[in-house]
Amino acid sequence: MKLSSVLSARFEKPDSHLLEGYRADGGYETFLSVLSEKRDPDELTALVKASGLRGRGGAGFSTGMKWSFVPKDTGKPVYLCVNGDESEPGTYKDRQILEFDPHALLEGVGIACYAIGSHKAYVYLRCEFQLGCERIQAAIDEAYAAGLFGKNIEGSGFDLDVHLTMGAGAYICGEETSLLNSIEGVRPYPRNKPPFPAVEGLFGCPTIVNNVETITNIPHIVKRGAEWHAGLGNSDDPGTRLWCVSGHVATRGVWEIETGYKLQDLIDGPCGGIRDGKKLKAVIPGGSSSKVLLPEEVAQVTMDTPGIRAFGSSLGSAAIIVLDEDTDMVDALVNLMKFYAHESCGQCTPCREGTPWIVKILVRINEGRGRLEDLELLDDLAVNIEGRTVCALADGACWPLTSILKKFRHEFVAKIPSAASTEEVVGA
Amino acid sequence: MFDKEIVEELEAIRSRFPFPKAAMVPVLRRVQELRGWLDSDAQAWVAELLSVKPIEVHEVVSFYPMFYGQPVGRHVLHVCRTLSCDSCGNKELWDHLETKLGVDRNGTTDDGRFTLKAAECLASCGTSPVMLINNKRHENLSLSQVDDLLEGCS
Repeated sequence: MKLSSVLSARFEKPDSHLLEGYRADGGYETFLSVLSEKRDPDELTALVKASGLRGRGGAGFSTGMKWSFVPKDTGKPVYLCVNGDESEPGTYKDRQILEFDPHALLEGVGIACYAIGSHKAYVYLRCEFQLGCERIQAAIDEAYAAGLFGKNIEGSGFDLDVHLTMGAGAYICGEETSLLNSIEGVRPYPRNKPPFPAVEGLFGCPTIVNNVETITNIPHIVKRGAEWHAGLGNSDDPGTRLWCVSGHVATRGVWEIETGYKLQDLIDGPCGGIRDGKKLKAVIPGGSSSKVLLPEEVAQVTMDTPGIRAFGSSLGSAAIIVLDEDTDMVDALVNLMKFYAHESCGQCTPCREGTPWIVKILVRINEGRGRLEDLELLDDLAVNIEGRTVCALADGACWPLTSILKKFRHEFVAKIPSAASTEEVVGA
Repeated sequence: MFDKEIVEELEAIRSRFPFPKAAMVPVLRRVQELRGWLDSDAQAWVAELLSVKPIEVHEVVSFYPMFYGQPVGRHVLHVCRTLSCDSCGNKELWDHLETKLGVDRNGTTDDGRFTLKAAECLASCGTSPVMLINNKRHENLSLSQVDDLLEGCS
């Protein structure tokens, strides 16, 4: 496993967030050459599709494919919304780009807008990113002042306005249709799909919503070509990703690595192993909504979509949460489920009522007041929540729930008083 | 409710969007900055600015954790309670703050100086213990650094 420096190449440079340094490193040349060469937008979309780039927000859908869904000649404006609501527990990768290379994101915005025929982009960031918001706004201002955004950019005839817009602390706004409702100023409930945003999104117009890291990949792909990107890492899920590791490792951090590496190598290498010489107990590999992996699975799994799917989990937002042998998995699950109960937007009954109910049951188990039937009740609840709501938040709550219940059942049983007495009876 | 200068600033925010209502979140944020929290008079004023009914403003204010529909202290502390941080020092940070300030989660101190709020993941999972003080991020905190920071809040 070796570390890469495509997206992260400029993170540690002094004043990496300023336009001067970005341009000195060749920044905006790709965007300007796209404009001056009057590249065919459809060809650019085909190039991104051929690069194999998958969305970096969590769902992992083909970016070029998404762009190709924008209908032509509707007579309506097309919008690009950049999703920087980064709120999935364990995830802090987009923040690195926003704070340390904001112009790289904005160059990607320029190229993406040109490709999809958009003249207005909204960069949507969670408001808790105070520094990220300041830097993106300053970078937008610098880009306008340098004539990189605005009317008739460098005489190309292409107009582009880019605005920063901010959320107000709701995880659900990272769901793309909730994000659109948030920008529109209504209560940000997710919308039913179809229609998909590419057809009917912001203000009823065709809209592409892409994650920060996804968009930041675009200048590199356009500059170096689809083949270059398709050749990085795993062929079904190529490219580099910013992997953020948190929890019980010796060294936490964000590392850029091509897909297809072994998770164990990341933990043993850059992370320096488990903290304080402890043993590994579990890894949640793709943000809190992904299914948990056991140490023997961690030892084998490769970090790409097919590799992790083989172990029933997903890469999600590339947020790797490492838990050591001292972790109380019941306690950990209570913590995770409180997140979903709090962040459920309340629109769909199974999620609004189900997630707090899960917490209630787990808390009573954790406090030694549980019943053996509670474990079946939790499984039953998951069956009746998953797939029965407008968006994937509830699914994201059920995946860690069911996988932790299944793989660490003994820890739950050990906290249930009646289970102990039943075992004594059986033992006698 | 506001000086001419502020009204012009808020009208300028409104004009950035194709529809006035889309300025809802940025206008509310600015109004909250100015007034500390979003009382019903402020909400009614925003409704008029954006040509919507007051209930439409309330629907938004009541949805978002970072909009305050109730008075808050002069310094709002957002402390992450989610798993990654909880396992790397934020649990101890919580205990320390609750004891020191004498308030529970989402409580405000009697002198109106601090409000302690639980945050659901601040995207600082690699640099906990972490908290925001009036939205400014403080990472890799020791408890003595926390004490110093709180002392600096008047």
